[in-house]
Amino acid sequence: MIGPHDCGGRRGEGAVRAEKNEPVFHHRWERRVFALTLAMGFHGRWNLDMSRHARERMPGYRAASYYAIWLHGLETLLAECKVLAQAGELHAPSAAEVAAVIAAGASARAAADQAAAFTAGDAVRVKHVDTAGHTRAPRYLHGRRGVVARDCGVFVFPDSNAHGRGADPQHVYSVRFSAGELWGGENGGRDFVYADLFENHLTAEAKNDG
Amino acid sequence: MSQHHKPESGMAARVRALEESLTAKGLVDPAALDALVELYEHKIGPRNGARVVARAWCDPGFLARLREDAGAACAAEFNFGGRQGEDLALLENTPQVHNMVVCTLCSCYPWPLLGLPPVWYKSAPYRARAVREPRAVLAEFGLTLAPQVEVRVWDSTAELRYLVLPMRPPETAGLDEESLARWVTRDSMIGVGLPRAPAPSPSP
Repeated sequence: MIGPHDCGGRRGEGAVRAEKNEPVFHHRWERRVFALTLAMGFHGRWNLDMSRHARERMPGYRAASYYAIWLHGLETLLAECKVLAQAGELHAPSAAEVAAVIAAGASARAAADQAAAFTAGDAVRVKHVDTAGHTRAPRYLHGRRGVVARDCGVFVFPDSNAHGRGADPQHVYSVRFSAGELWGGENGGRDFVYADLFENHLTAEAKNDG
Repeated sequence: MSQHHKPESGMAARVRALEESLTAKGLVDPAALDALVELYEHKIGPRNGARVVARAWCDPGFLARLREDAGAACAAEFNFGGRQGEDLALLENTPQVHNMVVCTLCSCYPWPLLGLPPVWYKSAPYRARAVREPRAVLAEFGLTLAPQVEVRVWDSTAELRYLVLPMRPPETAGLDEESLARWVTRDSMIGVGLPRAPAPSPSP
């Protein structure tokens, strides 16, 4: 979905403002939203891609603060996944258990052993991914040509997983784009963007200058 | 309960109501929420990443293992791993190449090594501009690169998380790993700053 969250390359944003000695959280309610989001995620009733999609669909996303977006995402997931109705079947991890859950992680790497369509050095072009749903192919790369720098392995495909349509595991490639390809002649020839793109997002290009 | 000196904000009230409702249904344990906050506010943060960088500077064997599989190396030697650090990759700065990390779509960041991201990293200006005009953004952080240095901006669009390995400052020759870690700033591991001398500790 080409939404307000898809910021890459957007103009008119102004200066980056870094706060000196910034605290991890600015308000108590931010702490609780963060922890509630993680703790509710432990029940496994939704996945990380669904969480991201719930946040990026928020009306008023651009004006909202980060943890206000998280709160909206959590409330959306609670409503859509009907978790409250199933509360009796779910166990809330205790304080003693959460550190282990965090330390264990939840890799999106898939065990599937499948052939890769591309290999390092291949020229590729990013598709125009115009979907109302979730995608991890950012708009500023649509239609752009790059070169595969590395095959990162096989991962769950968020564009499918975010909608409960299965993991659709596929190769992820680190793809290198020149600033000139992305932004035209006004940018220096020594700048490059690398993005991690799923096989479904890419098409093969004829190999020439690389 | 707590000492409220001013009325609760709308957000605070909404979040408190949600927490109470989820607690009443047995879906969350408030003590577990406290433990999660404690973990990310006090235990998991950029000091973790600084220790990794310091060791990479002094131990070529460890650096080789980081290059091979950064996640496995950090987990095996420091027990740094888990949520949002499951698949880590190392980006080495050199005199010819400068790396910086962004997430244009949300806020992806290597939590086990750097903790939770600062507000600027999650903000629209950084996410919009890092990919289009990285040198201008770096200049706002006080970092001006020579024109011949190649800038690589890494957009975290999948589940790989990136740690920048800054170059070791020549002034740190002879320092041990623990002293070196104090030179490593969070920003240097995102790629928007350089390591710098630690502020002198107050005399006893």
